[in-house]
Amino acid sequence: MAEVDSKKNYLVTEKLVKRFDEAVAVDEVDLSINKGEIFALLGSSGCGKSTLLRMLAGFETPTSGRILLSGQDVAKLAPYERPFNMMFQSYALFPHLDIWENVAFGLKREGLPKSDIKQRVGEMLDLVQLGAYAKRKPHQLSGGQQQRVALARSLAKRPKVLLLDEPLGALDKKLREQTQFELVNIIEKVGVTCVMVTHDQEEAMTMAGRVAVMSKGRVLQVGSPQEVYEYPVNRFVADFIGSVNLFDGTLSLDEPDHCAAQTAIGEMHLGHSLSGTLGMPVVVAVRPEKVSISKLPPTNVSHNLFSGRVKEIAYFGSYNTYIVVTPQGVRVKITEPNGSHLDLLDITWEDDVHFWWDDTDAVLLRN
Amino acid sequence: MAHQWVAPGRRFVIGVPFVWLIVFFLLPFVILLYISFVDMGNDISPFKPIWDSNTGLLKLKYENYWSIFRTGDGGALFQTIYIEAYVRSIWYALCTALLCLVIGYPFSYFIARAKPGVRPALLMMVMLPFWTSFLLRVYAWKGILADQGVLNQIFMGLGLINEPLQMLYTDVSMLVGMTYVYLPFMVLPLYANLVKLDPRLLEAAYDLGASPLGAFWLVTVPLSKAGIIAGFMLVFIPSVGEFVIPSLLGGPENIMIGRVVWDEMFSSNNWPRATALAVLMIGLIVVPLAIYYHYTGERE
Repeated sequence: MAEVDSKKNYLVTEKLVKRFDEAVAVDEVDLSINKGEIFALLGSSGCGKSTLLRMLAGFETPTSGRILLSGQDVAKLAPYERPFNMMFQSYALFPHLDIWENVAFGLKREGLPKSDIKQRVGEMLDLVQLGAYAKRKPHQLSGGQQQRVALARSLAKRPKVLLLDEPLGALDKKLREQTQFELVNIIEKVGVTCVMVTHDQEEAMTMAGRVAVMSKGRVLQVGSPQEVYEYPVNRFVADFIGSVNLFDGTLSLDEPDHCAAQTAIGEMHLGHSLSGTLGMPVVVAVRPEKVSISKLPPTNVSHNLFSGRVKEIAYFGSYNTYIVVTPQGVRVKITEPNGSHLDLLDITWEDDVHFWWDDTDAVLLRN
Repeated sequence: MAHQWVAPGRRFVIGVPFVWLIVFFLLPFVILLYISFVDMGNDISPFKPIWDSNTGLLKLKYENYWSIFRTGDGGALFQTIYIEAYVRSIWYALCTALLCLVIGYPFSYFIARAKPGVRPALLMMVMLPFWTSFLLRVYAWKGILADQGVLNQIFMGLGLINEPLQMLYTDVSMLVGMTYVYLPFMVLPLYANLVKLDPRLLEAAYDLGASPLGAFWLVTVPLSKAGIIAGFMLVFIPSVGEFVIPSLLGGPENIMIGRVVWDEMFSSNNWPRATALAVLMIGLIVVPLAIYYHYTGERE
């Protein structure tokens, strides 16, 4: 078998279901995770992502369905029999053991010779650059250091799959950005297959190679961060990932290479086709940063050009956000990089402005 | 720090327990200590003043303590009924504390792991016996353990035994009674400790390859050490001086130190020796307590 193929379908869930009494937490989830990739389960709280992760770890038994690791069903194995290790959201470091003993905990359970354990723990602590802290207790370390200990502990047994539960959730924003890259570097260095759970789309986008967007126990879309962002499959995904302007309308034109939708503020043209019947309800999704704004009407724009009045401006330093309300009362969110063109400087509250976007910058979704 | 705001009345609030302890603990203890160093008196005034009435000099009678360790006619050191009673009391108190731990730990664990809504009811059940008189509850055990008692009748009814088993007035009946009475003192601190245990730590242990039993030994037990020690002390300390239960359920040959003090006080009317025995017993209890607090204080 080719190298590429053997990496596919490393960890597979088949029609995985978890029911708590009558509530369905995870509903027939089919996932296929490749060997060595970082895969993110993304969704808001209560979407079932944590339950799914806990089923992978073995803390919850699936109501039905299978979990296959290299074709072997592991769903029946107890957590301590699975070659999966988890980094817990609050790290769950053993408070009564020092850092060295925390990292060595899993290795000791394997019954490895003492010299091997010593060597492996040393390697792990070096990997996360905490060699000097081996004799400290967890509570004597900062949040970021604790997180690295947790990572070292979960990697020490060289698991086949590393599970990360909200890996950066307990850190403050500044530390999070820095740790994000550090974490990915270490995981890639070790080359372990990694499944992470997060509610933070930014975290998922920067860390993961592929993302599964979940809602109400179901997986709505699986794809690379770019795919999910640029081509969301439905309204929920478009709305959940980043911010988006959604215009409800009906399909008014459907040609092989373009289509159009009639919405409350006018007809919108799109650079792709949609197989459907004319008049069916659709949604046009446009990212705020794809929309251009100007006080003067643009010269060479033929469609997707609308006008409105600026109601709100928010300065975020590197970019500005404008809320423009059209004569029909529709609110449109527009973001512009700060200083992208001089005309922006003049725009202020209650100004009448024009805004537009290219055919290829919007996506038409079935409602 | 010098200008830190201090709530008005703060001294008063802190002062009240201080005054309470001084009046009701320190002062009586000083009186005990005083009596333990004087001569025996008569029926009307059971002890003499500490200074000589003729010379006015201080006169400490160490003999009160010395006689605990050696009999008057010069027998071997440590071979007195007092030392025997101390050793026996500590031994039975240790057994009681261990039994309470063995029974109380699963008990507390079960309550701590129960659904949060059920826990108050379960805790209430632990404390429910306190609503009945302590004496009544100990007497009830007499009815259960007696030769013609409930337990013997059940055993004989089942054909397990032909003759009634002698259970009452033995070590067994005494330990049953003490364990029964002191169990809540073990369960409550253990529960308070175990309920705080983060279940994710156990999950982490399983995740890293520990079996359920392994996780229990390596995570649950070490983390509940403070609760184990607190419960152990709370059972051990009152058990050492326990007077009522050994008197009601224990055998006649098993004289405990509480009984010895009572006899010295009320039968022999030897207040100085009774107080000396009591002071020594307090010492026996304070030493393990000091070790305990030294140990727990060290951790923070």
